[in-house]
Amino acid sequence: MELYLYTALFAPIVGSLFAALFGMSKKNIIAGLVPSALLFVSWLASLKLLIYILGGGEAIHVELMTWMATGDLYVPYGFIVDQVSVTMMMVVTTVSTVVHVYSIGYMDHDKGFNRFFAWLSAFVFSMMVLVMSDNFLGLFIGWEGVGVCSWGLIGFWYHKEVATWAANEAFIMNRIADLAMLIGIFLVYWNTGSIQYEQAFAAMPGLDTAVLTSMGIFLFIGAMGKSAQFPLHTWLADAMEGPTPVSALIHAATMVTAGVYLVVRANPLYDLIPDVGLFIASLGAFVAMFAATMALVNRDMKRIIAYSTLSQLGYMFVAAGLGAYWVALFHLMAHAFFKALLFLGAGNVMHAMHDELDPFKMGDLKASMKWTWIFMTLASVALAGIYPLAGFFSKDLILEVSFVEHHYILYTVLLLTAGLTAFYSFRLVALIFHGDDRHSENGVHPHEAYNFMLYAMLPLAILAVVAGMIFKTPYFEMVTQVLPAIEYHIHNHTTFWIMTIGTQVFVIAAIAYAYKKYAKAVKVDKKVESGLLYQLLYNQYFIPQFYEEYFTKTYRELSAMMWKLDMKVVDATVDGVANIFYNTGKATHTMQNGNLSTMLRWMVIGTVVLLALAAAFTFGQSESVVKLLSGLGAI
Amino acid sequence: MMEITLQHYMILSVVLFAIGLIGVMRRKNLLMLFFATEILLNAVNIAFAAIGSYYGDMTGQMFAFFIIAIAASEVAVGLGLLVLWYKRTGKIDLDAMTSMRG
Repeated sequence: MELYLYTALFAPIVGSLFAALFGMSKKNIIAGLVPSALLFVSWLASLKLLIYILGGGEAIHVELMTWMATGDLYVPYGFIVDQVSVTMMMVVTTVSTVVHVYSIGYMDHDKGFNRFFAWLSAFVFSMMVLVMSDNFLGLFIGWEGVGVCSWGLIGFWYHKEVATWAANEAFIMNRIADLAMLIGIFLVYWNTGSIQYEQAFAAMPGLDTAVLTSMGIFLFIGAMGKSAQFPLHTWLADAMEGPTPVSALIHAATMVTAGVYLVVRANPLYDLIPDVGLFIASLGAFVAMFAATMALVNRDMKRIIAYSTLSQLGYMFVAAGLGAYWVALFHLMAHAFFKALLFLGAGNVMHAMHDELDPFKMGDLKASMKWTWIFMTLASVALAGIYPLAGFFSKDLILEVSFVEHHYILYTVLLLTAGLTAFYSFRLVALIFHGDDRHSENGVHPHEAYNFMLYAMLPLAILAVVAGMIFKTPYFEMVTQVLPAIEYHIHNHTTFWIMTIGTQVFVIAAIAYAYKKYAKAVKVDKKVESGLLYQLLYNQYFIPQFYEEYFTKTYRELSAMMWKLDMKVVDATVDGVANIFYNTGKATHTMQNGNLSTMLRWMVIGTVVLLALAAAFTFGQSESVVKLLSGLGAI
Repeated sequence: MMEITLQHYMILSVVLFAIGLIGVMRRKNLLMLFFATEILLNAVNIAFAAIGSYYGDMTGQMFAFFIIAIAASEVAVGLGLLVLWYKRTGKIDLDAMTSMRG
């Protein structure tokens, strides 16, 4: 079984290095095919491990070699495949295989084709390290690795200023959070004496609550950065500057869910500190609502989906915060499938529309892009949580969790958000695929994507439909061997049916309203659009402007000041030292005129100086002189 | 009649050393420079011999002999080079020898 583990882990990096060999050369289809094939191998290995674990196998734990052994600190390159990590491995390899194959078509005409696959496979490797590590430090390495790859891929079109800006923004925001995460890891080591999950979690029940709380908070701040939770959320929407497959893989399905994975992985810790859990849940609910409202009015297709991702991450944190770790992980999985599908569909639309992102300039694409329409509708239905698609089983479960745990405020917020989710998802679908043709006037003639790209999307479409229905029971049985097995049932049957049907009706009503409003000719309501609320939402609550005004600007001014300080003090000092030597040399080089007489004179002067020094030193040593000098206060 | 003491020898030695030092610093003729060097060395020799005699220790006089021997070999080499230089350039003026100019 270890062989499968290593295959699953290392196949992507081999693919990445292979593609990197072609990094500087012209597009070569091999650079896309080989990484994709290797990812498929990784997927097969993960599947084999999943079957093994499902069959009741023990968790596989290997130590590749010692990484650090200093004093009490022992960190191996340890990897673990247990019920949680195998779930993540399946999600990561499935989505990334699909995205790789899709990218062969999507990046077809791109100059950086080979480079793209090198980055993408390197990302998958980092993600695998993140989920498979058996200690916090390995997780952190993977965590940073995905950050770097995300930077490289958001800024993939580096000649676009806005893309490099977004890449830097994402990277720097994550840096802030990663500092907190690192502090959290230090705290774990400091207090438990180990950073292996097993030992650290075993030692935690004996610790002081205050210590555990600070650990939990710092680790969660790390998770907030990676999962783009408020107030570190602005980077996710800007990250949509990257190629669409990247958005699908990194900024929807895998990397941004790493924060949720961290909380799920650290469940023994968060179980001990329910107050922090409640904070996580509250923040999650807030973000769910907050992001959904921004998605309502946005006019950028990819940003709408990004806000939807943000909103769904909020849902996951609600579940994780309330102790329903398996529910969080389940929604993570289901969400990965339908959200990746949605993004890939958006990629097709973007290609057809020549990189137009405003859905108000599209319309009526369902005739020319039938399959994309079907896929995106399916994904949106799944996202909205309509029975029997994936979202119904995972998202509505989170609603039930909050209800059963008696957090009615969270429940209400999430329920409203579910309605908003349905509305903005179908607003997007209606604007793109239905209504009147608004794109022909711009001279765009849409065409469907390559067939193999559609076939690549098919597995995701199937999973988006069946993942909830088929996987829920076996998944629950498997994953609850390591996660708390709490079943969330509403005992009162009447309440249960009222809630379930009520939610469904509410969501369907929201969908119907979206279709009604946008599937016909779009009327722009000037009054609403100039309203305060619309402007607030459209400008993302003015948070980016706020950051720009109060953080970026202040920082820039501070930097300008520091630059002056640097030039006037630090540089001046260094230059001064050099100048002293330079000028001394310049002033004294006449000494070396080659004339023996001059040299002899200098020699005599030197001798005299040395003699004088020797004499002074001798006098200084003699006691009477020392006494005299000390009497004068000189020594 | 005044007795000649160590002090007299030392004063003679210092005076000779000063003459030699000034010669080393001021003379422009290479041959004169050698003379000045010899005066310097012999000033030291006088001091060595006088102090050795004063303490009844032979080491000082031994050292004076060594210095004489080294001075002789130095002059031998130095004069050889000087002759060669003179044959080449026709003068032994120090100010003309500036090939080591930095």
